[in-house]
Amino acid sequence: MRLTEAEEAMLDGREGKAKQKAMDLLVRYGEALGAERFVDTTNVTGVPAYYSPVLLDYYKVAPDDAYEVIYSRFDLDSDEVVEVPRMVVNSCGLQGGVDAEGWKTLGKSYEALRMSERSEAASAARGVRILKTCTPYLAGNVPKLGEHCAWMESSAVVYCNSVLGARTNTEGRESTSAAMLTGKIPDWGFHRDEFRFATHHIQVEVNVESVMDWGMLGYFIGAAVGERIPVVTGRFSRPDLIHHKHFGAAAASSGGVEMYHLEGVTPEAPSLRQALGSKAPAAVIPYGKAEQRRTYDELNARATDPNVDFVMLGCPHAALEQLREIAGLLDGRRISGNCRLWVFTSRAIKAEADVSGYTAVIRAAGGAVLTDTCSSIAQAVPPGTRVVALDSAKQTHYLPAIMGIQAWFGTTAECIDAALTGRWNGRRP
Amino acid sequence: MTTSPGTILDGERRPGSITLRGRKVVGGYAEGEALVTRDTISGWGGINPMTGTVIETRHELRGQSFKDKILVFPGAKGSSGWSAAFHITRITGTAPKALVFNEMTTKIALGAVVMRIPAVTDFDRDPLEIIESGDWVTVDGDRGIVEIRRGPRN
Repeated sequence: MRLTEAEEAMLDGREGKAKQKAMDLLVRYGEALGAERFVDTTNVTGVPAYYSPVLLDYYKVAPDDAYEVIYSRFDLDSDEVVEVPRMVVNSCGLQGGVDAEGWKTLGKSYEALRMSERSEAASAARGVRILKTCTPYLAGNVPKLGEHCAWMESSAVVYCNSVLGARTNTEGRESTSAAMLTGKIPDWGFHRDEFRFATHHIQVEVNVESVMDWGMLGYFIGAAVGERIPVVTGRFSRPDLIHHKHFGAAAASSGGVEMYHLEGVTPEAPSLRQALGSKAPAAVIPYGKAEQRRTYDELNARATDPNVDFVMLGCPHAALEQLREIAGLLDGRRISGNCRLWVFTSRAIKAEADVSGYTAVIRAAGGAVLTDTCSSIAQAVPPGTRVVALDSAKQTHYLPAIMGIQAWFGTTAECIDAALTGRWNGRRP
Repeated sequence: MTTSPGTILDGERRPGSITLRGRKVVGGYAEGEALVTRDTISGWGGINPMTGTVIETRHELRGQSFKDKILVFPGAKGSSGWSAAFHITRITGTAPKALVFNEMTTKIALGAVVMRIPAVTDFDRDPLEIIESGDWVTVDGDRGIVEIRRGPRN
């Protein structure tokens, strides 16, 4: 890689040990990619020095003394423990494994809570914004068109590139922690114009309108294109933020989609031709009734028992409108005594839901509004859970495998109906 | 796969072996038994880093361990926790010995770097067409050379 003088100075250790170790990692990473230089990044989201029992155990360190040990040895992949200074660019902390308020509901130990709080406080002291969400774009960090970012969280990455027109690869924990200290990230992939054009053309031949429709379409596309870039044309209604959120998250789970174009909707796709960069697509893939049904069946393949004992909503973290919808669907009724309802969102959105009264309605129905994590990340479901109902294709992709449970996938309304009745009555489209 | 075991292909350095040439991702040398899949692999949520096994529902390798194997696969997919999940396999001692793959992504590049194992990509021929699970494979990361011998080492 060709380094600037400022980058050389960091790599030589003239800017301190932490920046030296961070640059060393970033250079190794850039060379692995085949990148030739770095870009300056102004917006980093990650999970700096996130504590986990396996790391504390391996490094033989107590939570009180763990921050610099974990930041150095795990995040910066350094064999030497270095002092970690303040972050140099806008840096945000994503979701973790514990809800600071609802940790008991999640079945987490007080030790786990303390671990999370120690890590968070040490990050905050170094200038990291503690957003604690997979949806930073809903919680106060909205990158600008063309801004070079270094983001983790595949559902946020695909939103950042596709909807906002900012530029990020799917970064990892180590690269984001290094970028927070240096403001550098390899100039590769989505930072470059030529990489952002669509490669595959998806022709939608069935109506795509609801959150569930968009989730299924995203799930289909991820499986069909893998890591490539789809441009979607055809019969879809103009998506709102929530549709984008569920569509992108699904495409990034069944495949590795980091950017998509919707003709006439997303900022780099005013037309099909412009989205494709005037090149022919590698494949034209139809999405009709048969494909939609097949996707629905795949998502529901792991469920046989109609008795639902858990409903989990808020993947990616619920927007305020979704909390309003859930509160409205509950309509003053109580959920079944055989079922639990957990809704996950960010602290920022929960604060809004609290003042709007939605949290109180969900609680009065017997549900819980939780923040900072989700069932997959926290590896937490109510005790004895055998069958879960979900409205997120992404969560349906992960949760059954992680927790060894059955999962039904359907609309938000079908999930709330399952919470109220304890039975799954989802309808195949 | 049309080549029968022991067939000598172009530029062999040893009879009965096949040589693939690619690009260094991470340097170093490793040899071991190949574990081959045509499915891309998720890191976080797709593997159990404590045991080094694939856990993704419907994955071709579900339940199989990649510990100490030469992992031959199309590439990475899924969560941005890919590198961290595979990084933990280094800590728990369940990491593969080397990565041989087709599709370069940030996930796989960072994962290979922090696992500190040799990794090679951009081959002259598709390793998924040539290598079969159980083949004995040597990976020279620095030179970008992968050598395959049919079946486990005698």
